[in-house]
Amino acid sequence: MASDSDSDEDFVTYGTPLEPLEEDEPLKKPIPLHDQTVKDEKGRYQRFHGAFTGGFSAGYFNTVGSKEGWTPSAFVSSRQQKAEKHHARPEDFMDEEDFSEHGIAPREITTSQEFSSSRRDKAGEKARAISAQAALIPGDTLLEELIAPARSSIGVELLMKMGWKEGQGVGPRVKRKARRQQKDGGGKVYGCTLPPAGSEESEDDDEEFAPENVTFAPKDVTPVDFNPRLGVQGLGYRGLDPSLALLGHGTAEHIDLFKPQSETRNRLFGDTKSSSRRGGVVGQAFGVGALEDDDEDVYHRDSMSRYDTILGEEEPGDGLYGWTAPQQYTKKKDRSKDASYLGKILEGFTLAQKPLEEKTIFPPPSLPRDYRPVHHFRPSVDVSHLSGVSPALAEALRVSKGHMVKEEPQQAGRHQLDSGQRRALLGEDTLQGPSSVMELLRPEDRQRLLSLRNSSNPPSAKTSIPVSSHASQTSGKSAQVLPASSDLQQVSLAAWRGIQTSSQTFKPFEKNPSKQARYELYLSCLKQGDNDALEQSLDPGMTEWERSREREEFVRASILYRPTSSSLSSRFTRAKDQEDDDSVEVSPDQEGDLDDKQAAVKMKMFGKLTRETFEWYPDKLLCKRFNVPDPYPGSGIVGLPKVKRDKFSVFNFLTVTQSREAAAPPKPPESGKKSRWDVSEQKVEKKKEDLLGELLSAARNQTETKVEQTPTPALPALPASISSSDQAPGSKPEIKSSDQQSSEEKKDGDEEEEEEEESRPPMDLFKAIFASSSDEKSSSSSEGESSDEEEEKETKEDEGKMDSEPLNLFSIPSTSTTTTSSSATTTSFSSSANTSSSHQAAVSTQASKQEEEEFGPKLPPPSAALSRGGATSICPPSKEVKTGKKSKEKKHKKKKHYKHKKEKKKKKHKKHKHKETAEEEQGGGDGEQEDGQVSTDELLKRLKSIRSHQMW
Amino acid sequence: MAFPQPRPQAPQLPQHLLRTIDCQQGAVRAVRFNIDGNYLLSCGSDKSLKLWSASRGTLLKTYSGHGYEVLDADGSYDNSQICSCSSDKTVILWDVATGQVTRKLRGHAGKVNCVQFNEEATVILSGSIDGTVRCWDTRSRRYEPIQVLDEARDSISSLKVAQHELLTGSVDGRVRRYDLRMGQLHVDFISSYFTENIKPLNQDGQCTLSSSLDSTLRLLDKSTGEMLGEYTGHKMKGYKLDCCLSSKDTHVLSCSEDGHVYCWDLVEGSLSLKLPVGKAVVQSLSFHPTETRLLTAMEGRVQVWGAEQEEMEEDVIAT
Repeated sequence: MASDSDSDEDFVTYGTPLEPLEEDEPLKKPIPLHDQTVKDEKGRYQRFHGAFTGGFSAGYFNTVGSKEGWTPSAFVSSRQQKAEKHHARPEDFMDEEDFSEHGIAPREITTSQEFSSSRRDKAGEKARAISAQAALIPGDTLLEELIAPARSSIGVELLMKMGWKEGQGVGPRVKRKARRQQKDGGGKVYGCTLPPAGSEESEDDDEEFAPENVTFAPKDVTPVDFNPRLGVQGLGYRGLDPSLALLGHGTAEHIDLFKPQSETRNRLFGDTKSSSRRGGVVGQAFGVGALEDDDEDVYHRDSMSRYDTILGEEEPGDGLYGWTAPQQYTKKKDRSKDASYLGKILEGFTLAQKPLEEKTIFPPPSLPRDYRPVHHFRPSVDVSHLSGVSPALAEALRVSKGHMVKEEPQQAGRHQLDSGQRRALLGEDTLQGPSSVMELLRPEDRQRLLSLRNSSNPPSAKTSIPVSSHASQTSGKSAQVLPASSDLQQVSLAAWRGIQTSSQTFKPFEKNPSKQARYELYLSCLKQGDNDALEQSLDPGMTEWERSREREEFVRASILYRPTSSSLSSRFTRAKDQEDDDSVEVSPDQEGDLDDKQAAVKMKMFGKLTRETFEWYPDKLLCKRFNVPDPYPGSGIVGLPKVKRDKFSVFNFLTVTQSREAAAPPKPPESGKKSRWDVSEQKVEKKKEDLLGELLSAARNQTETKVEQTPTPALPALPASISSSDQAPGSKPEIKSSDQQSSEEKKDGDEEEEEEEESRPPMDLFKAIFASSSDEKSSSSSEGESSDEEEEKETKEDEGKMDSEPLNLFSIPSTSTTTTSSSATTTSFSSSANTSSSHQAAVSTQASKQEEEEFGPKLPPPSAALSRGGATSICPPSKEVKTGKKSKEKKHKKKKHYKHKKEKKKKKHKKHKHKETAEEEQGGGDGEQEDGQVSTDELLKRLKSIRSHQMW
Repeated sequence: MAFPQPRPQAPQLPQHLLRTIDCQQGAVRAVRFNIDGNYLLSCGSDKSLKLWSASRGTLLKTYSGHGYEVLDADGSYDNSQICSCSSDKTVILWDVATGQVTRKLRGHAGKVNCVQFNEEATVILSGSIDGTVRCWDTRSRRYEPIQVLDEARDSISSLKVAQHELLTGSVDGRVRRYDLRMGQLHVDFISSYFTENIKPLNQDGQCTLSSSLDSTLRLLDKSTGEMLGEYTGHKMKGYKLDCCLSSKDTHVLSCSEDGHVYCWDLVEGSLSLKLPVGKAVVQSLSFHPTETRLLTAMEGRVQVWGAEQEEMEEDVIAT
């Protein structure tokens, strides 16, 4: 009986609710007929053999034989000895089924009739009659009454010997006045009752008579009927009222479904000789016999007027008010009245006096404002790193963090503690031995191991072996920074640099105060733009492994919890209008390929740069409607293949990435659509057009018309290189000299491999392009590390070879595309490039020179652009005389490119070439090209296509 | 008397105003020729779509049933059906003769910018501000789209069906070409500016024309995505304006916000005609599929332009 908590209307539910119907639950298949077999306990199939054999399974496994076969075991040959006359008993022909509980001769120990509780009492009969009303066939006790056995059980006999009479209550006799039984003659009268019995006994006159010395038997009781409920009907079920069915009260009377006390019961409790009516079987259930004459009510007519249409009682008052009654009518109801619509209250139940206590449901606790629903499983490298601190103090430190005490038991199991933490927990002392295997080695061995490890790094490490000079100073203990993590470092550096608001940053290592302190030191170094902030902030007392791990953690944490300004700025692209120079600077590596495309669009280099091609699965029906065969028959995909990656997830930050594109945090609009095809597309692009990409970054430098700023190429190492060059200007000359040496040596190598290189522009061109984009840090560190001249030579040779190899070497997308000759100034570069290019073969030299002239002035944007614009404006626009001046001015930048394209298009659109002006145009276009004014997209074309290569 | 064919004359430009139709339906959002150029459809901002005779300029039928202004319309190949789209997020398929709504297709989440039949009028394609292109089946009685192309990251501003290809221009600055035969999607980044406008395909199907809000039209090679030409001079900064190619693909035409229609030579890229239409913004234009005939829509008027004045006058007299 669950009452709803919020609604005060008392709905009382009986029974257990049905299970909610689940809509998509598969329908249970009905068992087919041939599977509906019945087996007995021995596993024999039971077959129906006929009504007389008791139904199922005669014989032995449905045979007429026995276990021994056809010969029964009792067979005795009568040749020698006459078999005795065998009297067959019925049991001989019965099998165990017949003897079983439900058989015809059950063999089980039961209470014999004599000792079983007798039912031969009137009260019991009454009870049974009452219960018989509820039986399926009402009044089926009639038969039993007729053929009742004439004996009673032993208990009854004993009682009777004690003076008990049937129908009496059991117990000592009482002295008071005998209570008149059934005083009110059936109690309340519901509906229509029998007319009061004519022969009403006048018991009223007994009332005064109460003799003193007479004791009375206890009150008659109707024994509780303990019959088990057999049917499947519900608790309150009551069968057809036999008085209606059998006794023929066929008149239209009110049937009260909810009032169980029928007249029959009244009659049973009261006097039984009330029925003066004609008995017999009359009613709906039985037909009208031929001899019976009242057949007018053969088919019982029912009408709704006989039923209640309202639950509960009649409306009080005059009935003028319906449910829109004024409050005095509606609010009058109290709880006792509420229960009236429940109808019959089950036997043994009473209405509760006080209402059920309401369940109070408490609202869930509100989350704290800074609650983050992400749990970071942070490996806790802990107290052990407080090298000088005793474990007890470390423990105290940790406890003094306040709420950390509470979290202590929640900390993960012992497997997540490291040795230091376990030691601290156990209160042991720090072991005094070396903390790493590396420390056991001699320093030179260690150095050798390190160099071995470096050389076994991926090939990208060959060009930039990133052991910083600082790291090598600290006696080789600090490990080399992997290229990826160095990328990340640059990212974090870019994110944090220049940010002065150190007010409230997230403390990721709060559990470990010393680590947090180190982290904060690292952050402060980052804010100052310190390049090797990481090395400074790490604890030199830690082991190699711990330090490298912590380094990685710090870098990631600094990226992850970077200040909001930079994380916001990485979400948004730069405004196209360059008027506001005080906008937030985004480090160039964080701008995605959209900027590449924009730069490409700016340079009018439509084509592969701006194009992406995906697999797309049209719907089958769509193909059908378009009369096109399905390009992917049999594939169930529709649309673009699904993207695996989340649109925006924390894990995007946490993945260790090798390429700078991935290292930059994914931009929400982009990453949603990004997937494997994006990657592959990148690869393709990188393979085929990394040169273009580099051109592009140079172009972007140009388009970002920030003069005062150093040109920012698309390499993440740039801020670092600038800062490092700012830090140590003294180291510049040496680098330069070594550069020149290297370029001298490179000349030789280039001349050797000239034949192979002919198909593409020389390396120096790219050097010239990427004058400022070299990763100085890595190259300087590599030089600092290998001071040997011969080694240097060899590596350069290797690089030359690698450069002559297929272009996908350039596809190493990160800072590893560093040109070997590094310098901070453009001038030194152009000089070296000039010298080197002068040694080259004639054809390629010319080409590269032209391109240098093209690319040279591009880096300082405004003035060069002006001069170039002036140069191009010389060539006269042939047909544009009548066009507006505005358009001419707008066009003069794009003119060259356009002319060229036009010429190409002429071939395509032959049918439009009926104009005389076309030849002029073409001639003019050729003349232009021979002028040696090669635009950037011209270069692009030359790099791309063989056809354009032949033009040279 | 078999004369040799005269030399093909230089293509004439529709520079003579033949007729002005006052559509009486608010601002005309789009004006379209039907498949053979004999009729024209004008989409009004007063929720009505009107069918006119192109030669006489008489109103033939008014189709009303949209809940908001009609933004685009297209006629089927057999002139028996019209589809139109509206700001009320619906696409309606009309029966031309009776003017009744054959089908009202709901499903877009925002206003529907552009609509087109495919070649056999078995599919209606509609592009909406919600960034999706929906392909509606006209054959079956399904009310759900066959396919929803939701690759665009911003509103679809225009679409064009050409044989087995579907071109969509989106405000995210990209032109997407869905190639049904190859099962490929080519995305060309065109402009960092917001609107990609419309891309009719050349007759030979090799090029696409796109206009963007940086007042530039670009002709792109379809297969490689390279730019073949660029047409500037008009003003298109804030509005979604139409552009089109002439019937013989010799010229590129575009609306402009300064009240002119600009016409460039396709090959040379030079401005060959600057047609003064009026003072307000020329919002829509449509070129006759075979003849030199141009429709322009400015405010509530539709103007018909032709190459020769006389011929049309004769026509008018004849009718």
